[in-house]
Amino acid sequence: MAGWNLMTNIIKHPRLLSVLQRITVHVQPAYWTRFKKTAEVGIKSIHAHGLRSLLTVLGIVIGVAAVISMLAVSEGASFEAQQQFRALGSNNIIVKSVKPASLEASSSNSGRPQAIAYGLTYEDILTIQETIPGISNVIPSRIIKKDVRHLGRDVSTDVVGTTVDYPASRNYSLRSGRFFSEEEMLGQRNVAVISDEVARALFPMTDPLGESIRMDGNYYNIVGVMEPEAYSNLGRSQAGSSNAAPTRIFIPLSAARYRFGETLVRQASSGVEMETVELHEAIIQVQDQEQVEAVGQIIEQILERRHRRVDYAVEVPLALIRQAEESALRDQIVAGAIAGISLLVGGIGIMNIMLASVTERTREIGIRRALGARKKNIVQQFLIEAVILSGVGGLIGVAIGILIPVIISIFWGMTTIVTVTAPLLAFSISALIGVVFGIYPSVRAANMDPVEALRHA
Amino acid sequence: MNNQTISAASSHLVQPALSRQSVARVQDITKTYHMGELAMQVLHGISLDFYLGDYISIMGPSGCGKSTLMNILGCLDQPTSGRYFLGDKDTSKMNDNELSAIRGARLGFIFQSYNLIPQLTVLENIELPLFYQGHPEHQSRQIATELAARVGLGDRLQHRPFELSGGQQQRVAIARALSNDPLVILADEPTGNLDSKSGAEILNLFDELHQQGKTLIMVTHSDELAERSQRQIRLRDGRVESDDQHH
Repeated sequence: MAGWNLMTNIIKHPRLLSVLQRITVHVQPAYWTRFKKTAEVGIKSIHAHGLRSLLTVLGIVIGVAAVISMLAVSEGASFEAQQQFRALGSNNIIVKSVKPASLEASSSNSGRPQAIAYGLTYEDILTIQETIPGISNVIPSRIIKKDVRHLGRDVSTDVVGTTVDYPASRNYSLRSGRFFSEEEMLGQRNVAVISDEVARALFPMTDPLGESIRMDGNYYNIVGVMEPEAYSNLGRSQAGSSNAAPTRIFIPLSAARYRFGETLVRQASSGVEMETVELHEAIIQVQDQEQVEAVGQIIEQILERRHRRVDYAVEVPLALIRQAEESALRDQIVAGAIAGISLLVGGIGIMNIMLASVTERTREIGIRRALGARKKNIVQQFLIEAVILSGVGGLIGVAIGILIPVIISIFWGMTTIVTVTAPLLAFSISALIGVVFGIYPSVRAANMDPVEALRHA
Repeated sequence: MNNQTISAASSHLVQPALSRQSVARVQDITKTYHMGELAMQVLHGISLDFYLGDYISIMGPSGCGKSTLMNILGCLDQPTSGRYFLGDKDTSKMNDNELSAIRGARLGFIFQSYNLIPQLTVLENIELPLFYQGHPEHQSRQIATELAARVGLGDRLQHRPFELSGGQQQRVAIARALSNDPLVILADEPTGNLDSKSGAEILNLFDELHQQGKTLIMVTHSDELAERSQRQIRLRDGRVESDDQHH
């Protein structure tokens, strides 16, 4: 109430009132009607050369539309990337086993089947956990490809043997049921949590909770179903099927070790292939986000010392987020440069057409000068025309620039984000271009000798 | 009715012989054009007085300097030396802005080729001097409407110049020249592009303006036209050859 009174008092203050009156009475009618009239004349003469004006403005239209849609696409891509990396957890470091290229070659040459051993070991993980301070949790997992059956149906899936903290570490949540417990982990129990995709493949009509699935002759009791994972592709890019929906089953790490052993046998074209991998992946959680990148480097050093060859990879999602941000910035700079160039070209187009217009309307300029127009009035007239041209171009550009990302989203399914600033910025730059490239022709028009101008054919 | 009010308002001015109020005066003006090294003197010291309500024709062969004199009288150009008073104002030292302002306030132009602005309607063309004078819109609209009616184009207000005949266009130009109620109306070969019938109509309009006390200065080649004016000035080689007055 007090605030309201204060406001009305300020509004009613005599000095402010008189200032307002002066603005509205003196500035408004004279300048506004003159501006309106001049703008009208500008619109008329633009309208009189419809096609020419349209072609002139095309440069601006393309420039503005290109900027907005490019920014929208890059913004969308960076948003998507960041979303994906964020799903990996910004406090996490992911260490993975990678089959070295040298091993691949030698294994196919040797005639008799031999188990190749590579990758992360339990020792590695223990060392990391014990040497580096500030690690809050380590979640190791083994990932094994298996066929899973239920009644007549079967599905090929990644079986992830892991510990109880896995869902929490990656922000996964359960759709129904629960994750397996510490007790089940210790007891090497045959319990499984299945992904939404597996649930849909094996139990299209029924509730999978409490049902059993079979892998390698063993039955596992389903205790939970995960939510669909939208952004988990990057975490398993090694698997190769980065675009397919992840079909996964989570079982206790102890059970995986007990049931499947450490040596995996695989049928390959050159015969039987065997590999021994203790752990496929480990998520290392760092308490302080500030420390994540430093810890990542230390892990890299530890693994370098412990491994003779590079059969591991260290991924730091936070660093990837940074990279995504940097690449988004790079995209924006590129977009800005392209925008700048096309707007420059558009501006030159406008200058060109304004110069032509000035020459064409030399006599009109002479007439106006004879009838009392000052140089200032002539400058204003042509400047307003240039700004209207570029402004209309900018508006059309904004409309197209907003439309293109929508079309891209619909037809290519890409995420595109049109921020509020992009169209605003592009439009104001285009208007500014009109002013900058309109000045020279306008001044040239104003500086014509009225006598000469009137004599012009 | 419109005619009546304007005649009534200006009737007290219609006695040029008695009042002899000077509206424009040139004193010993010269004009020299420089083309590189070459200097060409077009006017060699011209002194003339123009009085309120005069109807003057300026004549002379091509190249005698009448266009140059007209440009100076129209404040479109400035003399190399000498002075030019328009009303009480000395224009010889004025800058571009002041010249524009005085053109807009005190002069009306009628050109041989009408010089209407093609994108604008009849009404907007007539309003144009008032627009640059900063008149309120409704007021200039009213003045323009009245003037259009006065020159017989009351039913063509929204037409564009190219939709009108030459005679009609020249009448729009006359209305435009009157819109700012100028001290002097300058006409440069006003009937030069017209057939004799339209030309006669324009000259009748000029007679009417003269009767209403307007000051008219007309450049022409034609003796026939000059006959209708009340004072004939002949130029030759940049000098005044003769200055005859008759009533």
